[in-house]
Amino acid sequence: MKKRKKAFVDSCYCVACGCCEKECPIGAINVHKGISATVNFETCVGCGKCSKECPACVIEIREVNGEKEKTLV
Amino acid sequence: MKKKKHWYDYLWIMSLAYLVLGFFNILFAWAGLLCFFIPMLMSMFKGSKTYCNKYCGRGQLFGILGGKLGLSGNRNIFKWMRSKWFRYGFLAFFFAMFFLMIWNTWLVFSGANELKQAVQLLWTFKLPWNWAYHGTIIHDGVAQFSFGFYSIMLTSTVLGLVTMLLFKARSWCVYCPMGTMTQLICKVKINRIKYKTRKVLHSIQFLTWMRTLRVFNK
Repeated sequence: MKKRKKAFVDSCYCVACGCCEKECPIGAINVHKGISATVNFETCVGCGKCSKECPACVIEIREVNGEKEKTLV
Repeated sequence: MKKKKHWYDYLWIMSLAYLVLGFFNILFAWAGLLCFFIPMLMSMFKGSKTYCNKYCGRGQLFGILGGKLGLSGNRNIFKWMRSKWFRYGFLAFFFAMFFLMIWNTWLVFSGANELKQAVQLLWTFKLPWNWAYHGTIIHDGVAQFSFGFYSIMLTSTVLGLVTMLLFKARSWCVYCPMGTMTQLICKVKINRIKYKTRKVLHSIQFLTWMRTLRVFNK
């Protein structure tokens, strides 16, 4: 099965500043109701730009392989 | 691909202008109230943090200084700095200091205290700022509020700059009191909506139950 990278947000610590939203080149991440950022897994390509920009360091890029996930960042 | 620029992408100029104008005439500090009320009203009525995401001039300024000019240390922020304890604690401290400033303004308005032409940096260091006030026909209390409010704005800018130099460009956003407060308002708002929906669902459930009870009694 082909491995894909996706961004995962730790919503407990997300400050909803919107830096990731601005940085995402395909608009796959947005701040939901001013509480935390949410990722659209359908469109996310796991480029890691959001993770690099996030000031709170709450975005992880993980490799998604079927049911198993491997933490990369 | 280069993203299209909007008018709000230049709001950092306003933030910079605000800080500069405070050096010439302290009464400009009153304009800072916009940065206080706009995000609050936006979160109250829109239920979103659009202000932080789009219109925060200070965030944009840190983004430019740290990102484009490369002044940022680009390190990850400490874990304790993004914890709820620290963020809400800082918000409480910030508001306590804000109300203390309001109290000092009130003392000047009532005539109990005299106008202090100084800016308090980091709530500790009193910097003489008498060149920025030339006396007006309006009450001294108005100027006292300006000095107090400008102290708050300058303190938060200095803290933001230090955080930007040490960590990522917009690390100030992690514990910015306005950001924490607007997020809190959004959380309360969404919980209220959830509570109201649950209440409506419960009443519908109750009515259906009553109706079935009536059918059985017949």
